[in-house]
Amino acid sequence: MAKELSIRVNERPFKVASAPDTPLLYVLANELQLQGPRFGCGLAQCGSCSVLVNGVETRSCVTPVSAVDGKSVTTLEGLPAWYAAQKKLAQSPVLHPVQQAMIDEQAVQCGYCFNGMIVKASELLSKVPQPTEAQIRTAMNGHLCRCGSYPRILKAVQRAAQTMAEVAR
Amino acid sequence: MSDLARRDFLRAGGALVVGFSLRNAMAAEERALKPGPPDPKQIDTWLAIHADNTATVYIGFAELGQGASTALLQIAADELDLEMKQLKTVRLDTSVTPNQGGTYSSASINRGGPQVRTAAAEARQALLQMASKKLDAPMDRLSVSRGVVSVAGTPNRSVTYGELVGDKPFHVAFTGSAPVKPPSEYKVVGTRVPRNEVPDKVSGKYVYMQHVRVPGMLHGRVVRPRGQRAFGAGAKVMAIDESSIRGIPGARVLRRGDFVGVVAENEWDAVKAARQLKVTWDTAPTLPGSAGLHDHMRAAKSTDRMVVEKRDVSGAFSGAVHVVSQSYRAPYQAHAPFGPNCALADVTSDSALVMCSTQDVYGSRNTLSRILGLPVEKVRVQYYEGSGTYGHSCYDDVAQAAALLSQLAGKPVRLQFMRWDEHGWDNYGPAHVGEVRAAADAAGKIVAYEYQGWQHNWSGIETSAQLALGTPPTEWPGGAAQQVNPRACGGMYAIPNMRLVNHQIPGKDYLKGGWLRSPLDLSFCFASEQAIDHLAYLAGMDPYAFRKQNMTDAHWIGVLDAVAQAAQWTPRKAAADLSGAKVVRGRGIGLGTHLTSYGAAVAEIEVNRETGRVVAKHMYGAIDAGMVVNPGFVENQIGGQLVQTASRMFKEEVTFSTTGVTSLDWNSYPILRFEECPEVTGVVVQRLDERSTGAGEEVMAAAAGAIANAFFDATGKRMTEYPLTPQRVLAALRG
Repeated sequence: MAKELSIRVNERPFKVASAPDTPLLYVLANELQLQGPRFGCGLAQCGSCSVLVNGVETRSCVTPVSAVDGKSVTTLEGLPAWYAAQKKLAQSPVLHPVQQAMIDEQAVQCGYCFNGMIVKASELLSKVPQPTEAQIRTAMNGHLCRCGSYPRILKAVQRAAQTMAEVAR
Repeated sequence: MSDLARRDFLRAGGALVVGFSLRNAMAAEERALKPGPPDPKQIDTWLAIHADNTATVYIGFAELGQGASTALLQIAADELDLEMKQLKTVRLDTSVTPNQGGTYSSASINRGGPQVRTAAAEARQALLQMASKKLDAPMDRLSVSRGVVSVAGTPNRSVTYGELVGDKPFHVAFTGSAPVKPPSEYKVVGTRVPRNEVPDKVSGKYVYMQHVRVPGMLHGRVVRPRGQRAFGAGAKVMAIDESSIRGIPGARVLRRGDFVGVVAENEWDAVKAARQLKVTWDTAPTLPGSAGLHDHMRAAKSTDRMVVEKRDVSGAFSGAVHVVSQSYRAPYQAHAPFGPNCALADVTSDSALVMCSTQDVYGSRNTLSRILGLPVEKVRVQYYEGSGTYGHSCYDDVAQAAALLSQLAGKPVRLQFMRWDEHGWDNYGPAHVGEVRAAADAAGKIVAYEYQGWQHNWSGIETSAQLALGTPPTEWPGGAAQQVNPRACGGMYAIPNMRLVNHQIPGKDYLKGGWLRSPLDLSFCFASEQAIDHLAYLAGMDPYAFRKQNMTDAHWIGVLDAVAQAAQWTPRKAAADLSGAKVVRGRGIGLGTHLTSYGAAVAEIEVNRETGRVVAKHMYGAIDAGMVVNPGFVENQIGGQLVQTASRMFKEEVTFSTTGVTSLDWNSYPILRFEECPEVTGVVVQRLDERSTGAGEEVMAAAAGAIANAFFDATGKRMTEYPLTPQRVLAALRG
């Protein structure tokens, strides 16, 4: 048995039972029962499994859990608290503004890709608060959607940027 | 599993049933004591009224991200005089929900809407009869608001639905005789109610099939050659070297016939074992290869059928002023769900529970019962939404595979396909060759039309059954969606002389086929709408005006006008403004349908003449689907159809060698990405007084035609094969 790994997921420490070469995705899904990151290709091609590792969007399907030892992992479920910490809000909102905007725009069809879409857009807005349309398209280009929801996702990201600017004021 | 054990099973998994209250889960559990389908002639089969004055509507259609589960509740809300927040539905389950047939052919509202509406109306009638007794007032003096029945003039004399039947069965026969409300009284139907399941989908609370786990289960993976061979050839195991996975503790090889899988307690072990297991497969060539596909299809011995023969086609062609004649080619395309299909099965010696993403729980139950050798009433199938499927992806295959592995392992098995399984063993949308001839007179009146199409039917069995049982590779009998379709092929125009011929080729020699969203229609309209467009060009007319003058059906004219108006179409002849610039722009218009409804589209595209890259900048789609229950949902469907059509016209093509499919992931089977996505505008032509027809497919074919015609407008060249890859575009521009 290899040395036990300890990772931080959504600001809580977690001792990993799986072997160190296990992709982070399987640990999050099977040991932590998280439903945000999900299997899409296992090849880092689609973005279905995306999480933030120290604030950077990362494909959990090809990241061995040993590679995030000692790092902070944020999943879809942890985005509202992650946002609150960034913005120094007294209380964590129920949803990250990107999540809320996806509802407001009724952007979802099957919704399976929305984990990655929301994680990536949240990362983008944390770095570029007021992105242009071209910047959004470029940032999101590595995330595939099979239902054809891109146009509404684009609108939702723009709406979220606006909401976040209003919160900042 | 005994009924008692099944109850326990449901309880064990109960925590996973999110989105429905515990009370509803319990109510469903009670129904589940008896295997279904529940008797459709009982009101209790369709809905239950709870003590808290809410209702559960039991719906037999799958939520696929299209909004059907919310839209059907909108219909019930109007008939029952309840608010949306008072209504819920439950998961599809062969022990709980009625058998309304499968969720395909855009049937949820079309076929399911009237059933839900009449059942709700009849329940309301029964409730009013009870209220009439309770309040001692004649029924015609009663009115209902939010489930509260009150007597006209004396609002304090009232009783709630919940007080009348609260959680007790109606025990009333469903006769279908209760009057339904006229559309003028709809309050919820026709409005933009938001979708019920969206908040859970963005927060991570929604339970997709891929999330379902049960205690004591194993993780399974199938082991197959990477990429299918010819449907008739299946896959053949020559040898298995089990020692090749000796290093993975807990992983086991399971086999039945040529069906091979692995199971392990740990998912990653199962993934590794499936990858590492050394299986020697028969690799004899069985396919024509995608490069020579269409010539092979055209030369195949076909079963020919005259679909339409109207008046004197040959005579009309010989006397015509403008004639076009062209052969068009369409590729195999994949469903490629974004998350590979997944299923969880618990098969014991005398029963089976299979959780999967089937579009037809009752249909899948029948097949599973045969494969497992269990009586059908001992097989229970539950539906969990997976990722978008757009037709017959591998959801049945994965369910059968999970069931086979569970039967072999003697334990519950959760099986998710790997990306290459889903891409490589799909029931692909069949390839097509279409030869179109069309002719017009000097005044631009279409006088003759001929369409001849070559393709094979859908495969009638799943890979798992084929490999495990050696089930012969049967095909579906040719239905309307598998052959030259008179509605899509010229049917939108008033053409006096027509001939449509279907050439069915033997499917066993090609890839597995299945229904892919708007089956064959993209191929038909890519060909047919280019032929019509070219007649307009030869006649020197604007393509919109030319179409309109050849149409008589008000529905078709309605969608054509709606889309032209949305796109601010201005009259001019196509390809009248050709430029030598590096990037040229074009616009095109097209009509299309599936089996019902009316679709129209406009595409505005850019063609880079140096790189051959084509990008759609803005696409417009209009649909007439009769009464649209929720215009917001349908607009979302139109948007999805436009983007998916752009993807299919520009990117998507299943490639294969003589030995197997080679497009096995998103690099080898690219789809449209964010940077190339067009802006989309959807227009709903609302017809509240007409019956609802499908709205999930019909704009796609129109959009395929519009894109092809926009290419001609931009370049003066016709594309005869899609997808419009840079290589094909550069070849067309040179030619």
